[in-house]
Amino acid sequence: MNKWNKFLLVGLLASFGVACTSTSENQTDETQTQQDSQTDSRSGAQDQTTIQSDPFTDPSNPLSTTTIYFDFDRSEVKAADREVVMAHARYLADNADVKIVLEGHADERGTREYNIALGERRAKAVSQLMLLQGVSQSQIDIISFGEERPVALGHDESAWSVNRRVEILYPGR
Amino acid sequence: MMLKKIKLNLLIIFLCLSVVSVPARASLTIDITLWLDNATPIAIVPFGWKGVGKAPMKMTDVISNDLSRSGRFAPMKENEMIEIPHEGRDVNFATWRNLNMKYVVIGKIQMQARNSYQVQFQLFDVEKGSQMAGHSFQAKENQLRRLSHHISDLIYEAITGERGAFDTYLAYITVSRNKKGQNRYRLAISDSDGYNEQILFESSMPIVRPVWSPDGQRLAYVSYASGRPQIYIQNVFTKNTQQLTNFKGSNLSPAWSPDGRHMAMSLSKDGNSELYIMDLNSRRLSRVTRSYGADLEPAWFPDGKSLVFTSDRGGRAQLYRIEVNERGATGRAQRITFDGVENLRPSVSPDGKRIALVHNAGGQYRIAILDLESEQLSLLTDGQLDESPGFAPNGSMLIYASQARGKGVLAAVATDGRASHKMRFTSGDVREPAWSPYKQD
Repeated sequence: MNKWNKFLLVGLLASFGVACTSTSENQTDETQTQQDSQTDSRSGAQDQTTIQSDPFTDPSNPLSTTTIYFDFDRSEVKAADREVVMAHARYLADNADVKIVLEGHADERGTREYNIALGERRAKAVSQLMLLQGVSQSQIDIISFGEERPVALGHDESAWSVNRRVEILYPGR
Repeated sequence: MMLKKIKLNLLIIFLCLSVVSVPARASLTIDITLWLDNATPIAIVPFGWKGVGKAPMKMTDVISNDLSRSGRFAPMKENEMIEIPHEGRDVNFATWRNLNMKYVVIGKIQMQARNSYQVQFQLFDVEKGSQMAGHSFQAKENQLRRLSHHISDLIYEAITGERGAFDTYLAYITVSRNKKGQNRYRLAISDSDGYNEQILFESSMPIVRPVWSPDGQRLAYVSYASGRPQIYIQNVFTKNTQQLTNFKGSNLSPAWSPDGRHMAMSLSKDGNSELYIMDLNSRRLSRVTRSYGADLEPAWFPDGKSLVFTSDRGGRAQLYRIEVNERGATGRAQRITFDGVENLRPSVSPDGKRIALVHNAGGQYRIAILDLESEQLSLLTDGQLDESPGFAPNGSMLIYASQARGKGVLAAVATDGRASHKMRFTSGDVREPAWSPYKQD
């Protein structure tokens, strides 16, 4: 199900839920809808009314996080980010035909070429963790843009902190 | 090692001169900041004109501008000149002495035929009351601007004893952004005063690190056009381009050997960024460094026997020196910077005695010069994020990249700290400057 249909369904359910508190007639309708969807999923049929979450867009799933942030001039993956990296690694290990690009970046401080090397080191740090989880080297491509592709254009820590990053990209998704 | 800040004299007069933009020719506009004490007063008298219609250009504007930018001269204001001689016999030394001028330059432009001009100038020492230099030239109209720079060089050399660097090029990268927020990168060259910009290469992907070949014919640079950073060489006149590297990883920091036959570079194909030397004829690669840190930004010493480079093998980025031949390292890397938090991006002076670098102390990135004999580090600039220092071929000026009001600008500073000027790109950022060698024609 694409995300718009999901929103529509959620919206519909929500409106039923609100209406439910006032009349018993609506309660019956809601129960009917829920039973329908349960029937559908039991039968295994792929249906627009079936609720399925795409792990990459489900905010509660670590796969939905695709940016890892770093401290200034550092390239170690922080402990708090390991779960996200591991989740992507497991996905890749389970899906050997899927390839990713790890795109490394740095904030504007320091020289341009030093920052290209720093961005590359960051991407390699993420890559190393993934390789240890059984991801194949051929599934990972690494590119660093240094300070050339900031997401925030400011000249202070609030901009710098979001520019020091590795992006996990799934070309083709 | 002592850290010394260049002493700035308290009596400072700021002059902000905006060079009048000649339509469609000056993409970089210049603001000059002058330290006027110690600058030699010189009168550059507007040249006489003999010909049909108006004079083709005001050569003395270019000459005054050049000499001001060096920081060594304070050209007299035209409206204060009470005499405007064009012939040697009309120069009244007493007048100029009373105006406190040390030198006077006079000249003439004469039209000889269609698009053919004779240009003459004379330089006089006011104190001695004698001529120091005098030259005559033949030029077409489109050569007059370059001739003005050449005359500046001759005046500069006659007075200071040092070769001028006005008849040179700058290479740089400009970046502009379209309405969709997409960047447009351009590799360009211009005259040393920002005029006559020529675009050599354009891309939607980043371009960094243009460097001139020793013969001034080619630029090497790093471009992401193929998808990852690779090194290219482009002939500045024919625009012919060849791709020099095709390795995986990041291929960065091209640096021409002084004899033009080798290119040092930083490649991460074998793990992390290491230095290599490539023979430009055979394309054979020799490895120079093997360290756990990133080794980058090599620069050659003029004898071609050692490199200075940036490495963070010791934790944070510092500068190291290593002896090399064409087959690789002939000794171990020695650390040469010890002050501040980080030192990066070395550039060696033409005489090999000084290194310009980016110095980080307390989060501020500034240009500094390391004197190799005294081991003293002197701060030269005061920006927040100054980088990419490069010497003019006479070693007296340094060009670098800076920020002004949130935009990338180029700046140049006399290496004795006496004067500085900034060059802004009219429609975006300008960065990564490289000063050409002396022209060979």
